[in-house]
Amino acid sequence: MAHDFEGPMIRVVDLVTYYGERRILNRVNLDIQAGETMVILGGSGTGKSTLIRHIIRLELPTSGHIFIKTHDICHMPEERFDLLRHKIGMLFQSAALFNSMTIEENVSLPLCELTQLEDSTIRIMTRIKLDLVGLNGFENYMPAQLSGGMKKRAGLARALAMDPEILLFDEPSAGLDPVTAAGIDALILKLKRAFRMTIVVVTHEMASAFLIADRITVMDRGEVIAVGTPDEIKASTHPKVQQFLNRTPEEEAIDAQAYLRTLTQSGE
Amino acid sequence: MTGVLALIGRNTLAFLRYLSGLYDLTSEAVYWTFVAPFKGREIKWDNAFHQMVLAGVNSIPIVSLISLFIGVVLGLQGAYQLEKFGATYYVTALVGVSMTRELGPLITAIIIAGRSGSAFAAEIGTMKVSEEIDALEVMGLNIVRYLVVPKYLALLVMMPCLTLVSDLAGILGGGIFEIYQLDQTFAMFLSATRDALVMRDITTGLIKSLVFGLIITEVGCYEGFTVRGGAEGVGKSTTSAVVVSIFLIIFADVVFTAIFYYTS
Ligand SMILES: Nc1ncnc2c1ncn2[C@@H]1O[C@H](COP(=O)(O)OP(=O)(O)O)[C@@H](O)[C@H]1O
Ligand SMILES: [Mg+2]
Repeated sequence: MAHDFEGPMIRVVDLVTYYGERRILNRVNLDIQAGETMVILGGSGTGKSTLIRHIIRLELPTSGHIFIKTHDICHMPEERFDLLRHKIGMLFQSAALFNSMTIEENVSLPLCELTQLEDSTIRIMTRIKLDLVGLNGFENYMPAQLSGGMKKRAGLARALAMDPEILLFDEPSAGLDPVTAAGIDALILKLKRAFRMTIVVVTHEMASAFLIADRITVMDRGEVIAVGTPDEIKASTHPKVQQFLNRTPEEEAIDAQAYLRTLTQSGE
Repeated sequence: MTGVLALIGRNTLAFLRYLSGLYDLTSEAVYWTFVAPFKGREIKWDNAFHQMVLAGVNSIPIVSLISLFIGVVLGLQGAYQLEKFGATYYVTALVGVSMTRELGPLITAIIIAGRSGSAFAAEIGTMKVSEEIDALEVMGLNIVRYLVVPKYLALLVMMPCLTLVSDLAGILGGGIFEIYQLDQTFAMFLSATRDALVMRDITTGLIKSLVFGLIITEVGCYEGFTVRGGAEGVGKSTTSAVVVSIFLIIFADVVFTAIFYYTS
């Protein structure tokens, strides 16, 4: 992918957010490079979802800036962000499929509404995206008929519909059994290799973080406490990071390939 | 004492905030219904027709049945009073005028608030809780245009129609009582009704029904959008959609009836 700009794909500068009196994000600074997979790791309630919702402008900060390429998305009119928005796809924690529509209608909705493509083209593109996430044959199912993992895959197909440059995941494996969760991790790895998209994953699952990340950001109570490659994070001496890592000692040693193999053998 | 004052102040503020939220939603819905189509952003007619069937056509049986009963009851109560003056002939006029000016629009609005207002709040609230609203926004699709405008159009079209159905059913209900109990013929009933009603009775009722439809949609959708905290929140919003819209309907009814009274 050629870039027509210098610097990081996403740059968060001094982001501060309050919900009422409570400070949720406290001077968050973060650079995410084009083409890298950044995992934002932290316990629940630390403001990970809030941060990712700011990146796609579902919330506006109390103060601070977020730059996507060179555009300050927090301080631009809604209509101008609409043009950028189509370059960003998001998979929500609950998959957020439209329950009154079939899987195919869900995935094709952005194409139908936002492009002038022919119906037949849209059909083909929808099938390609569903194929990509391993859901071919499920076009006419309703979301309620799918399992949790399949819903996530369908949500991912919809997020991919507009061929985004940035893909955001909020807790992609939350609420899934380990085998299904590993399947989603494998899918993220596949996308990362195939498309060189900029991927941001919010999670509290350490195993999956170390597996898919190029770099990891550790958050605690609304603050970024460490940023680095998985090895750097593992070697970090920051007490909070150590505490977080040690709370699940059995997942310390991670060999990506072996981890995937053991989990995918029994299913998928 | 200061505690009481603080309580009143807080509640007044909350109420004003609620009204301003309703106002914002209404003005956006009006924009997407009446202005945006001329700028090439078409209305989602499929959705609107779907809502018309759900909110309008499917309500015809219950609206007719309840209005028919109310018509009979009005006839009974009217006769009970008018008998004393030997004026039972006027029961027909009483039923006709009360149904068209007042009870037709009001009964319809209360039924639709219970059926559709709660359904709007539940539908949008569930979508909010399951992040579907966020997903629409992330795609750049306007939530008012997608979710509110079809419902708003459906009720703007269907409330007057249902009100007419209710007027008719109520007058017929009164007629049944008059024919069987007061020994009138069907022809007498018809001509008495025709003499009693003027066009203005029907049109004021229909104007009211448009306002009631607006209230039901806006309150239902607003309650849906402001759902907090999961399934329990959806339940609460659904209930308050019905309570608040019935309150506002009756309040609007007082205002409009007064206006029609003093301007006639
Ligand atoms: N809409 C909201 N209003 C008020 N508080 C909120 C809202 N959304 C989240 N919070 C609070 O912000 C904090 C961070 O939430 P969140 O970003 O969802 O955390 P995480 O995704 O890391 O688990 C939580 O304590 C939560 O209670
Ligand atoms: Mg979260």
